[in-house]
Amino acid sequence: MLEVIGVDSVSDLFRSIPADSRAKGPLDLPPPLSEHELLGLLQSLADANRSAATGELLSFLGAGATAHGIPQALDDIIRRTEFLTAYTPYQAEISQGTLQAVFEFQTLVCELFGLEVANASMYDGATATAEALLMTRRIKRRDRFVVSEGLHPEYMETCETILSGLSEAELVRIPLGADGRTDASAMKAALAEAPSACLVVQSPNIFGVVEDLAPLANLAHEADALAIAVVTEMVSLSLLEPPGACDFDIAVGEGVGYAVPVSLGGPGVGLFATRDKFKRQMPGRLIGETLDANGVRGYVMTLATREQHIRREKATSNICTNQGLIALCFTIASSLLGRSGFTQLGHLNFAKAQYAREAIAALDGFELRYVAPAFNEFAVRVSGGDATALVNDLAADGILPGVAMGRFDPAWKDTLLVTVTELHRREDIDRLVTALAKKGASS
Amino acid sequence: MTQSCVTPGLLHYEPPIFEIGAPGRNGASLPALDVPDVDPATSLGNLARKSPPGFPEASEVEVMRHFVRLSQWNHAIDLGMYPLGSCTMKYNPKVNEATARLPGLAGLHPYQPESHLQGALRLLWELDQALSEISGFARTTLQPAAGAHGELTGLMLIRAYLTTAGNPRSKVIIPDTAHGTNPASVALNGYKPVLVKTGADGVLLPADVEAVLDEDVAAIMVTNPNTLGIYETHLPKIAEMVHDAGGLVYMDGANLNAIMGKVKPGDLGVDVMHFNLHKTFSTPHGGGGPGAGPVGVVERLVPYLPRPTVEKHGDQFTLDLDRPESIGRVRSFYGNFGVLVRAFTYIRELGGEGLTQATEMAVLNANYIRARLKEAFPPSHDVDTLHETVFSGKLLKKETGVITMDVAKRLMDHGFHPPTVYFPLIVPEALMIEPTETEPPEELDRFCDAMLHIHAEAHDSPETVHAAPLQVGLRRLDETRAARKPRLRWTPPEETE
Repeated sequence: MLEVIGVDSVSDLFRSIPADSRAKGPLDLPPPLSEHELLGLLQSLADANRSAATGELLSFLGAGATAHGIPQALDDIIRRTEFLTAYTPYQAEISQGTLQAVFEFQTLVCELFGLEVANASMYDGATATAEALLMTRRIKRRDRFVVSEGLHPEYMETCETILSGLSEAELVRIPLGADGRTDASAMKAALAEAPSACLVVQSPNIFGVVEDLAPLANLAHEADALAIAVVTEMVSLSLLEPPGACDFDIAVGEGVGYAVPVSLGGPGVGLFATRDKFKRQMPGRLIGETLDANGVRGYVMTLATREQHIRREKATSNICTNQGLIALCFTIASSLLGRSGFTQLGHLNFAKAQYAREAIAALDGFELRYVAPAFNEFAVRVSGGDATALVNDLAADGILPGVAMGRFDPAWKDTLLVTVTELHRREDIDRLVTALAKKGASS
Repeated sequence: MTQSCVTPGLLHYEPPIFEIGAPGRNGASLPALDVPDVDPATSLGNLARKSPPGFPEASEVEVMRHFVRLSQWNHAIDLGMYPLGSCTMKYNPKVNEATARLPGLAGLHPYQPESHLQGALRLLWELDQALSEISGFARTTLQPAAGAHGELTGLMLIRAYLTTAGNPRSKVIIPDTAHGTNPASVALNGYKPVLVKTGADGVLLPADVEAVLDEDVAAIMVTNPNTLGIYETHLPKIAEMVHDAGGLVYMDGANLNAIMGKVKPGDLGVDVMHFNLHKTFSTPHGGGGPGAGPVGVVERLVPYLPRPTVEKHGDQFTLDLDRPESIGRVRSFYGNFGVLVRAFTYIRELGGEGLTQATEMAVLNANYIRARLKEAFPPSHDVDTLHETVFSGKLLKKETGVITMDVAKRLMDHGFHPPTVYFPLIVPEALMIEPTETEPPEELDRFCDAMLHIHAEAHDSPETVHAAPLQVGLRRLDETRAARKPRLRWTPPEETE
């Protein structure tokens, strides 16, 4: 090879790098390992954790990363190396597998949200929310965004970070009312105060409370603003009226836990859907159906003039690589569940959470923070006021009773967010209730 | 529809999943209800969904066959060479898939107590250390989900630093060879991109940078080696000039595979750089992600890194949220952890020597292709290139009328994925070829033979090349039709035109 190239050694190939730019010495990294050693090393790192997936913990953690059952067939499909090791489908004729799967993904996301167009995915729910804000900014040419405090605090912070470069941008926070839902009159007042691009509301919100979406969309539209809905638990859309049916203009979501193991919160998949009339303002990649030269149905990347590789600084977003494989996981999981299975899954989550909620509410030392309808998670006030201490106590017994909400806001430190899914058997819930009862009685 | 259901042989035409199965069918495996039943519709009232989402209605075997058949319509790195320039499509070692799936890693929840996450936090901390060592930086944040997300994060760090210094400034200098994500990220962070032309030798010249450099320049964004595959020899000088003018230097690390173990960007005056773990560090691309775009920074930018950071205290690891100068989170949770586990495994498998050797072999392979193709397809510049070379199809077009897109489509008939085409924008009829280190010499020869065969065919029977692809199942797809009347989701056949 060197002879064909016309050099004497491999180092000659690097002669364009000036001598004073070269690294001073070899890379100071641990020595290479064989596969056997690697598996041992990674297993030892895994063993230094405690994981609900190994059966040593009973976990009721959710808050935007709720684990569900992942079908066995799913991992077989995504290990198909033709999906796993393909690049972005720039060459349509030899990427039909990826392209058709994304077309199906877009369809599923539209169906879930009750909206007309969905993109090929965003990084996660938080960045999808930020992209939705930016999209309403383009449409309305306004820099004011009215956001419910029921939005996941990490999503709120992500939006603040991403808007930070836009000097005029203003994020107005609307508190939750006494019933745990977004305070509609405060929302109305904020929208009346100054022209705004949008309102943003999450449902079920960070406390698990199902929001009454339709009146909020009305408030937005009366103020000539757009309405953005955020869904961090996609299974909830099996039972809850979707944002599109509630007249929302944009809906975003997060698929971690539904499509892939939670894996410390990533990778998941950001979902993004809107009305047909806004499709040219959407961020991200879109796959469309077309025909080949013989009239056979096929799929291509389309409306790419919105995207960075064509439009550069005038693009609707800078996103390039998205969460393709996880979008595929989402498509497979949804396809296996099917129409009837998805509804049944929602029913299981709802009934089991309801069972747990009533049992915990009946305990001494615990009260529901809100009584409004919930889907599969609910907030409980802990007597003594320190949910973190309670979590640490129970963790020692192998139970993670929920997320101590003080991690998000010191004002919420008395609150525990409990998430119950189809994976929890009745005896698991009873074990939680018994453990909580002991703590409640002793506090 | 003119298509039949099944082609002869093993390549199946597969309708959308929504056209498979029968009403009521599903492939779900759900437990029986073991708690008192409640009627969701009654409990939820007007909040209840009125009709279920239109999910497919198919059995497990139908779903399985559907997706396996779809997979067979994809080219993939495990099927053959994938020489997309600037995409670094190297082979992905399978051990990485095994480690990322360990239940003690994949089953972790982000809100478990830190004491439950010590192994995961150690992994994140050690990956930060390794990437910082490879690139010559003080620290590396692992939060960004992809390269473009890393770019945006890096620019936000620059903005935060300059704001503290008194003025965020308004412009970012970008060379004309840059990836489209660079100007898009700049605009997204409220800066105005200022274009600077590449010099005649394919590198940025200090004088050209000088001409656009002033006290409104927040940063320069440079890819090194650039998208022509050429090493930016003047980068230290340019960095010095930008620093003297009060700006910072951002390096797009998309092409890091060309310089691992050879050059540390931190030594060149670079202040911020993003990595693409799904390129250089061999995490599978998954048909478009998930990736990971960690961002390395010099000491003076460390306080601004996204929170939380992972910190080490003796043998204990913590997530530090108390970082008052941090730009804040750039996403939920801590990053694409599953991708980070794969990259960590890869780095530990190769070690420093292995990574350096990967770079050497990548550059050797690219130069071999250059040597074999340079007569037929003249390289964009007559100077040394590293891990990739941009060839021009201009001469071929003039001689035969066959354009770069035709060559790309014809390569499919030879079993290869085409190179990156029509990029960078400054090279007419560009063919950007990056073989990576994992291609064996025989595969490189087969690829070069195919390119030369197509070159000859373009002269002998150009109509064949224009008509390509001819052997991949589908013929050329009508992109104009797709854009004119977009069909972006499936609808029942009776509703279609």
